[in-house]
Amino acid sequence: MNKLRLRFSKTGKAIYISHLDLMRTMQRSFARAELRFKYSEGFNPHPQMSVLLPLGVGCASVCELMDFTLTEDVPPEEIVSRLSRALPEGLAPLDCYASERKVKELKFLRISGVFEYDSRPTEPMCDGLTEFFGREAIVITKRTKRGEGESDIRPAIREISFAAGENTVTLSAVISAQEPTLNPDNLTAALRQLAPDLAPDFAKFRREETYDADMTVFR
Amino acid sequence: MDKRLERILPRVQKPARYTGGEWGEIKKDMSRIEVRTAFCFPDTYEIGMSNLGMRILYGTMNAPEWSYCERVFAPWSDFEAELRAAGIPLYALESGDPIAKFDLVAFSIGYEMAYTTVLNMLSLAGIPLRSRDRRASDPLVYAGGTSCCNPEPMAEFMDFFVIGEGEEVNNEVLELVREAKAAGWDRQRVLLRLAGIDGVYVPSLYTPEYNADGTLRAMRHASGAPERVTKRIVRDFENSFFPTSTIVPSTEIVHDRVNLELFRGCVRGCRFCQAGQVYRPIRYRSAAKLIEQGKQCLSNSGYQEITLSSLSTSDYPELMGLCDGLLDYCEPRSMSLSLPSLRADNFSMELMSRVQKVRKSGLTFAPEAGTQRLRDVINKNVREEDLITTCRTAFAGGWNNLKLYFMLGLPTETDEDIVGIAELADKVLHAWRECSPNKSRGVRITVSTSCFVPKPHTPFQWEAQVSIEEYLRRVSLLRSRMTARNVVYNWHDAETSVIEAVLSRGDRRLGDVIEQVWRDGGRLEAWSEFFSYERWIKALEQFGLSAEFYAARERGQDEVFPWDMVNMGPTKRHLAREREASRQGVLSPDCNARCSGCGAAALAGGKCNE
Repeated sequence: MNKLRLRFSKTGKAIYISHLDLMRTMQRSFARAELRFKYSEGFNPHPQMSVLLPLGVGCASVCELMDFTLTEDVPPEEIVSRLSRALPEGLAPLDCYASERKVKELKFLRISGVFEYDSRPTEPMCDGLTEFFGREAIVITKRTKRGEGESDIRPAIREISFAAGENTVTLSAVISAQEPTLNPDNLTAALRQLAPDLAPDFAKFRREETYDADMTVFR
Repeated sequence: MDKRLERILPRVQKPARYTGGEWGEIKKDMSRIEVRTAFCFPDTYEIGMSNLGMRILYGTMNAPEWSYCERVFAPWSDFEAELRAAGIPLYALESGDPIAKFDLVAFSIGYEMAYTTVLNMLSLAGIPLRSRDRRASDPLVYAGGTSCCNPEPMAEFMDFFVIGEGEEVNNEVLELVREAKAAGWDRQRVLLRLAGIDGVYVPSLYTPEYNADGTLRAMRHASGAPERVTKRIVRDFENSFFPTSTIVPSTEIVHDRVNLELFRGCVRGCRFCQAGQVYRPIRYRSAAKLIEQGKQCLSNSGYQEITLSSLSTSDYPELMGLCDGLLDYCEPRSMSLSLPSLRADNFSMELMSRVQKVRKSGLTFAPEAGTQRLRDVINKNVREEDLITTCRTAFAGGWNNLKLYFMLGLPTETDEDIVGIAELADKVLHAWRECSPNKSRGVRITVSTSCFVPKPHTPFQWEAQVSIEEYLRRVSLLRSRMTARNVVYNWHDAETSVIEAVLSRGDRRLGDVIEQVWRDGGRLEAWSEFFSYERWIKALEQFGLSAEFYAARERGQDEVFPWDMVNMGPTKRHLAREREASRQGVLSPDCNARCSGCGAAALAGGKCNE
């Protein structure tokens, strides 16, 4: 059977489902839709399915990608229609097709963000944010499994712009998806560490689109 | 979603357990709802969603179109702190609405250590803790579940209890509340009418009177309230509701698989076991029906694993046929079947090989006591020969991970019985040496002991629990005899067992103590990190009570117990006979071999087994 790629959204209540739980939820949802994953050979067989770019808990997305192989041929449009009835609230299939492009060709992500400022005027915040992310280097301290490390997140930001609204500043950015991977939460972490006056009271992000190295939409 | 909640959720551990929205969640049109129930489970989502009883009642209580029953679980400590700081009251997962405005708030309490969590949830909801402080606008708060076979310790906090199995009685309560709302009855009238439903206990209609020594003299009941409340059971278990299409959590829970209920009750009559007494009489579901339900559950849920759940699964008469039927469905689909709680006496190679076909995991047996004498005292009909034979079969079949459960502090236990546990472990190890086809893989035998808790409605309800010091002495004696390298010995601490013993045989005066422990920070105490023995002892002393009185005191044969007004089936006379038999070391046969006349058959309107 051919490898297929599913594009799906993860919004609303589903943004709190962790990556590991999403894998389990997908396996069960496919089973409910009577779509059976092919299993790997070997001592400890596992279903042939993988989500291309793990999404952090709390981050929404309308462009998630998942590769999988089924045990039998099912027309992609039928897969979408069966899944739309089998997924929990907040997960929705958008498209399904035979994948031609390799995962490593996925290079950039367009994200949007909403920064909430409860009691600060947003215009000066917007200007400050534009100035801050225009810097040549933004070195933040990251906690990793090996302890604390310093990292410059600026090279991972290809484009970034801000627009002021009422109590919020909205962000639109194109960030590196792989090598390096930029977690959007690091944008607010940078503000808390380097420009606390600009740090929002709350921020939420959404993945909007996937691109390759030439900024052509990646499917 | 509440804007405040949206800010909190990314900060807490495992936020998916606080959002609802799972596959199979019941959504209803609010404009048609007349009675709203918050079904509260006083533990975390992962524990509560693993509870089959809750899933059954979620189905039955949502069956009437005018009734909406939603789920509520206890928040973990980080989320609780955030909820309190933000002033967000406890809400139901389905609608997100605060539960203080519901008509009914129902708690499922399976375990005494959840009592402080019940209070914590009421407090988080903004509902007055004590029944007497609630007004017309407050919900009716009630409880059911195994620990309610002695409702008295929680009597001050509950407007009423439902005793026994909940499938029918909860819907009768719903009907009554619907009628009461339409007619505008006041709270007292509703409670009086509730007291007229079979299986409902309204504690405010009963007044305990005490003797000078602190024991109960009598329980006075108001007119209109029955002298004794008899538990409810489902008579037609074969055709009773089973949730074949149920919620599939989007986050991992403890029992993350399909659970089939083979039967209710247990024929064995182990004298320490509360479940074995209070779930009587035995009622089976046919294998044909179970296979059908299992298939439906698997296909509706998408789960890849199914397990069989009942008090003593290997006693199910059609077990082989059931396993074959389920495996016929599971194997071609790469699904697995697992069997919990096997008895060591009728576990056969045939059964084992059936389970092994799909996956092999560890085996667990519970001989409970180390010598035949003590196993006879507790009526655990497992003979050493049977256990060793079973172990040999298991080892020969390639198993190399075996767990053995025992209790310390059983009535009449001597040092010889304790040493017997170590000797039994050695014999099991010897069986492995003789039978294992591949000794290079090694073996792991784990022996665990817990401290015996005498429970109400059992033949040991009169018995004293051993002190913590004595339990620890017995633990160190056993430790000193556990010398084999391949045998690991784990023991549970006795402090939780002592408090469990206090609460399970407690009276109404413990209400003050439970509230004080909650005020001092007690909640989620089934989790060791939240349990404090000192906090309980301090609160007991504060109200002039002692743990010894409830836990370590042998009761007189004629003592009036706080739970006597609850009829769980087996009579006090039967329990006393069983206690006497235990003293003589006389076994009682299982219900299938000979009826011992416990009295539970009356609940089913006749004999247990036709």
